[in-house]
Amino acid sequence: MSETSQAQPDYNYKVVRQFTIMTIVWGIIGMGLGVFIAAQLFAPMLNFDTPWLTFSRLRPLHTNAVIFAFGGCALFATSYYIVQRTSQVRLFSDKLAAFTFWGWQAVIVLAVITLPMGLSSSKEYAELEWPIDILIALVWIAYIINFFGTLVIRKVSHIYVANWFLGAFMLTVAVLHIGNSMAIPVSFTKSYSLYAGAVDAMMQWWYGHNAVGFFLTAGFLGMMYYFVPKQAGRPVYSYRLSIVHFWALISLYIWAGPHHLHYTALPDWTQSLGMVMSIILFVPSWGGMINGIMTLSGAWHKLRTDPVLRFLIVSLSFYGMSTFEGPMMAIKTVNALSHYTDWTIGHVHSGALGWVAMVSIGSIYHLIPILFNQPAMYSTRLVNVHFWFATIGVVLYIVAMWMSGVLQGLMWRAVNADGTLTYSFVESLEASKPFYVVRFIGGCFVVTGMLVMAYNTWKTVRAPKGSIAVDPATQPA
Amino acid sequence: MSMFWTIWISVITLGLIIGCYFLLRWCLSNQTGVPEGESMGHEFDGIEELNNQLPRWWTIMFYMTIVWGFLYLALYPGLGAYEGLLGWKSSNQNIQSLEESMQARIDAKEQGKLVEYDRELDYAADKFDPIFEAYAQVPVEELAKDAEANKVGQRLFLQNCSQCHGSDARGQNGGFPNLTDDDWLYGGSGDKIVETLINGRRAAMPAWLDAMGEDGINEVVNYVLSLSGRDVDPQLAKAGKTRFAACAACHGMDGKGNQMLGAPNLTDNIWLYGGSHRAVTETLTYGRNGVMPAFEKTLGKDKIHVVAAYVYSLSND
Repeated sequence: MSETSQAQPDYNYKVVRQFTIMTIVWGIIGMGLGVFIAAQLFAPMLNFDTPWLTFSRLRPLHTNAVIFAFGGCALFATSYYIVQRTSQVRLFSDKLAAFTFWGWQAVIVLAVITLPMGLSSSKEYAELEWPIDILIALVWIAYIINFFGTLVIRKVSHIYVANWFLGAFMLTVAVLHIGNSMAIPVSFTKSYSLYAGAVDAMMQWWYGHNAVGFFLTAGFLGMMYYFVPKQAGRPVYSYRLSIVHFWALISLYIWAGPHHLHYTALPDWTQSLGMVMSIILFVPSWGGMINGIMTLSGAWHKLRTDPVLRFLIVSLSFYGMSTFEGPMMAIKTVNALSHYTDWTIGHVHSGALGWVAMVSIGSIYHLIPILFNQPAMYSTRLVNVHFWFATIGVVLYIVAMWMSGVLQGLMWRAVNADGTLTYSFVESLEASKPFYVVRFIGGCFVVTGMLVMAYNTWKTVRAPKGSIAVDPATQPA
Repeated sequence: MSMFWTIWISVITLGLIIGCYFLLRWCLSNQTGVPEGESMGHEFDGIEELNNQLPRWWTIMFYMTIVWGFLYLALYPGLGAYEGLLGWKSSNQNIQSLEESMQARIDAKEQGKLVEYDRELDYAADKFDPIFEAYAQVPVEELAKDAEANKVGQRLFLQNCSQCHGSDARGQNGGFPNLTDDDWLYGGSGDKIVETLINGRRAAMPAWLDAMGEDGINEVVNYVLSLSGRDVDPQLAKAGKTRFAACAACHGMDGKGNQMLGAPNLTDNIWLYGGSHRAVTETLTYGRNGVMPAFEKTLGKDKIHVVAAYVYSLSND
């Protein structure tokens, strides 16, 4: 593929470098926390009778750390990189970029402090208390201004598809975060939601599912639309497919929240709408997967030699799998079995580890040599080792949770001839225990892979110029 | 829901789905001005985009989900106040109490509505009630010897009672009595156990800090512990005995308790809230409020009968 002949503009890589390194740091911390609380589920003594080490306080820290710290830093890094490269212009404002970096790190550090202290608004994935929420909103608005400002001053006529997704992700997350976090403060560390009862639940899952839909899907699709064609050296498969699936995806996702509240106090009509939109959503979701995977047409042989591309393509496969699984679980009849079981946990992690983490890791392996002026990663072999650790870990994790989840669902609904339930709750917990051990082992694989990545990154950054040999087979075009 | 909101919801919902259909049609017909399969001619940092047609199997799937969406919204509630052609409901809506729920069940049945929750209740009642009606004919003390009935009772116990009393029914510290030791707060006859289950119990041990002061409480604690043969300070226990007159109103002069009031026997070294000096001091200082919930409305009399027989069997082999 032809590179542009003009000299490259002076891009702001500093902020990209900062966010890239923090992605790896927070990834290790967030996933490590996940492994620790996974161990607590089969060995509860690991909370050492210490309040701030209990599952209840570390679980929100785990989810915040992997979604907003790891995933968030990956999105900041790649979006700042993509928007500059595809607009052929330096970021709109370096000052705003620096503010978003330090502001976002401050948010994460505050989360690391307050959540173990037990300060929580008790809204899932939105646990942080109101002063931190305000800081998030400020950082986010700065991010939006900087991103769209860059698009406004772009030097190319069209806006690249990756930027559609990134822009949609930013705008919608702002609306979701501000809408759901509305609260009445009673002290500096305590507030009460503005919404009550079923309305509060509805708002929470409107937010919660679109944290998945826009933060973890649209944002990462933006990442995918840049790094897959770039790493494969192939044109994007279908421009028209990207139009349909972009507009259908963003307009359908926003409705899907109520499928988290099937068979609850939510009115029937809301549950139905959530289910119908979730099922139609399946098709545009796969549109993204098809467009990514088909971009590899004519470059499939690269998968044999390029582990970075392997990360990207396997992430798309997991994306396809979990976006099939999600709509299926949104069907009320299936949900009656899957709801409240480990199946949900498995589903989330096939999306979070299989899709989000893998596409981020692949993109970061692409970025690091460029950002630190090296011809390639220190060791391509270690990238491959990481790939297998990650893949084996994810598969162990989700298979264990599927089995545990279906087992729980079946045990909870089993009824004797006299109408009494066959199993008590604690019996289903006992049955799940072996799977919790397998899940823990899967998590250890994933974290080990991240540590390999950190080592490889360290060696790449510190390598003397000219010391890294280039293997042409693994180079992006 | 008012007509306005129903129209609002319907227009947005159907508009979106129809919008998806037209978006798909529009992209299927090549409006780009670029021949199919060729580059769009944009280039972004070296990335080009091809103008390929949408995959056929994917397009068909899209049509199918859209058609299915319309069908579902026609059959089931979804478009605001529209109830759907099937008249299906998951449960009766806007219910605020058990009484309202029961009335709504009757009303829905009269109107021939398909209320999923009601149907499941009816199904369970038809299928399982005769089993429990038959058990209810046998006195609790007799039924306690029926191995099959005890299995049923145990399962009901595990689902409804074990959360407080433990899956082995040995209770736990914090006011949850052991049900296997033949030491009863309100009486252990079949009738008494049924009564406890049907109506629940509310125990009230008052707080004595204001009336006795810390020193007074310490004296009474020493006396109370002496009743079950524990080592205590004899001076304090003697002083405590005088003060115990206030306690005797419920626990009796001899401290053996009163099942009419649910006042525990203090002489048998069985403790609801712990028998350490510290725990008994806390009980006297702040009082205790034990609550056994009433199960009449949730389990019904016949199932309670079977649970009572199981509980009775635990301490009457």
